Amino acid sequence: MNAIHLFYEVSGDDFARAGEASGDVKQKLKSLGYDKTAIRNAAIAMYEGEINMVIHAGGGVIDVDIYPEKIEIKMEDKGPGIPDLDMAMQEGFSTAPPQIHDLGFGAGMGLPNIKKYTDKMHIDTELGVGTTVYMTVNANK
Amino acid sequence: MNEYIHSVTLDEEKCCGCTNCIKRCPTEAIRVRNGKAMILTERCIDCGECIRVCPHHAKRAKSDPLSVIDSFTYKIALPAPSLFGQFNNLSDINIVLNGLIAIGFDSVFEVARGAEIISEAARKLMETGELKKPVISCACPAIVRLIRIRFPELCDHVLPLLTPMEVSARLAKKQASEKTGLPEDQIGVFFISPCPAKVTEAKAPMATEKSAVDGVIAISRIYPQLSAAMDKLTKIEPLAFSGIIGVGWANSGGEATGMLNDKYLAADGIENAIRVLDELEDERINDIDFIELNACHGGCVGGVLTIENPYIAQARVQLLKKHLPVSKNHALDNAATEFHWTNTLNFTPVLKLSDNLEEAMEMMTKIDEITKNLPNLDCGSCGSPSCHAMAEDIVKGNAKITDCIFVLKEQLQAMAKSLSSLS
Repeated sequence: MNAIHLFYEVSGDDFARAGEASGDVKQKLKSLGYDKTAIRNAAIAMYEGEINMVIHAGGGVIDVDIYPEKIEIKMEDKGPGIPDLDMAMQEGFSTAPPQIHDLGFGAGMGLPNIKKYTDKMHIDTELGVGTTVYMTVNANK
Repeated sequence: MNEYIHSVTLDEEKCCGCTNCIKRCPTEAIRVRNGKAMILTERCIDCGECIRVCPHHAKRAKSDPLSVIDSFTYKIALPAPSLFGQFNNLSDINIVLNGLIAIGFDSVFEVARGAEIISEAARKLMETGELKKPVISCACPAIVRLIRIRFPELCDHVLPLLTPMEVSARLAKKQASEKTGLPEDQIGVFFISPCPAKVTEAKAPMATEKSAVDGVIAISRIYPQLSAAMDKLTKIEPLAFSGIIGVGWANSGGEATGMLNDKYLAADGIENAIRVLDELEDERINDIDFIELNACHGGCVGGVLTIENPYIAQARVQLLKKHLPVSKNHALDNAATEFHWTNTLNFTPVLKLSDNLEEAMEMMTKIDEITKNLPNLDCGSCGSPSCHAMAEDIVKGNAKITDCIFVLKEQLQAMAKSLSSLS
């Protein structure tokens, strides 16, 4: 059968709205009666991605495909790109500006958390062009 | 078996089929069909929002009349802490308690007493480290019911202790039986309630098989009689036996304060509670040990069966607490065991589309297609709370596309056009 495809645009200038897309995906997965651990993992990973888009990249677009056995999420931005991916994947490393830290974000857990809560993760990034994060969360059927 | 018993009901004669209640229901549990509201019982959490917003007073909470106490030999009133916030210039809780005796009760047992015991038992239980943190309060039945149908990952965060109402009912019955020598079935225990969710909780409890509460009387129903009796009192007996912690449960934040732990959060109003639960589910709330959630704004003082503005009632409770000791009731060492839930809070996925995932996915695809063709004004005229909910109702076979007045208008216009081209 076909997957359920969802598409979201994340606004880059409104912090309060970050989390809307992941919240909507969570609601949809719940009404599907989806595996609850997969719902939580997908919601947390996607939320981290949304926050990253707002903090670093001025927003972006998200494609979500829900299959019976897995959830695939593609988060694409046209931001500055990540200069050192290994560094960015380290817990506690952050390039977020001080005003972001004041809001309680920028703890350097964004990408590490995405890795932690997903079964597969892949990042394409190019300086000055943008970053695309691919993630897969498997469902326990 | 008693899972879908509710205290919120509809007075069909008064219902004019408007959209006020369907738009405000936090679980989208109401539809207007054939010009009358109907409650989807499996979704209703008895929060009472519909009672609050219905301008025609067609939504009601089933509660007992005062005469319910007559069938028992010995009658005990269990006043909720929020009752004390309902009276102007009240200087002493004893006046309310003596008033309850004057209208027919043989004795009183403040629910604030059970609250103090549960506060202490909860503190001890938290110290053991056995509970999943943050611990979510179990006191508001509407919140616990909401968690049960909407937040699968949070069911095991709910404090597994009985509510102050239940604890007080059990203790009151036991003590009265010892004092009077009467068997417990001749002793009637009646909760004086600020809300319909507590009525449901007494009739069909989630925590235990059977509640010790024999009847629930709405504060709003007993108020005129009680208030008149209070005015006529000539002598005030000292009956009160609770402190700041117990009485404080009337207000949002009161229960959390009783945990004597600064790492707490207290949110009130069902929409605020949902936001907190959503963030908690996504592990976005850290460094908090205890979460108090109340479905009503202001806490229990904001319950739909109260009569006073919740914020005025809050201020009054605040004043009353001033001259009270911190706490007068203590939990025995076995309290956490004695008052532990005997049932388990299991997630009940009533909001899911189908038991079969692939079927649910097909349904969702259809729902999204239908939603795209609806005006998305969420006007509610079709009887469903939003265009999306209507699409869901159509896919489930409970509504048809022409229930949408805009779609119907378009179809009529198209029909008129083809008719005129034929003439």
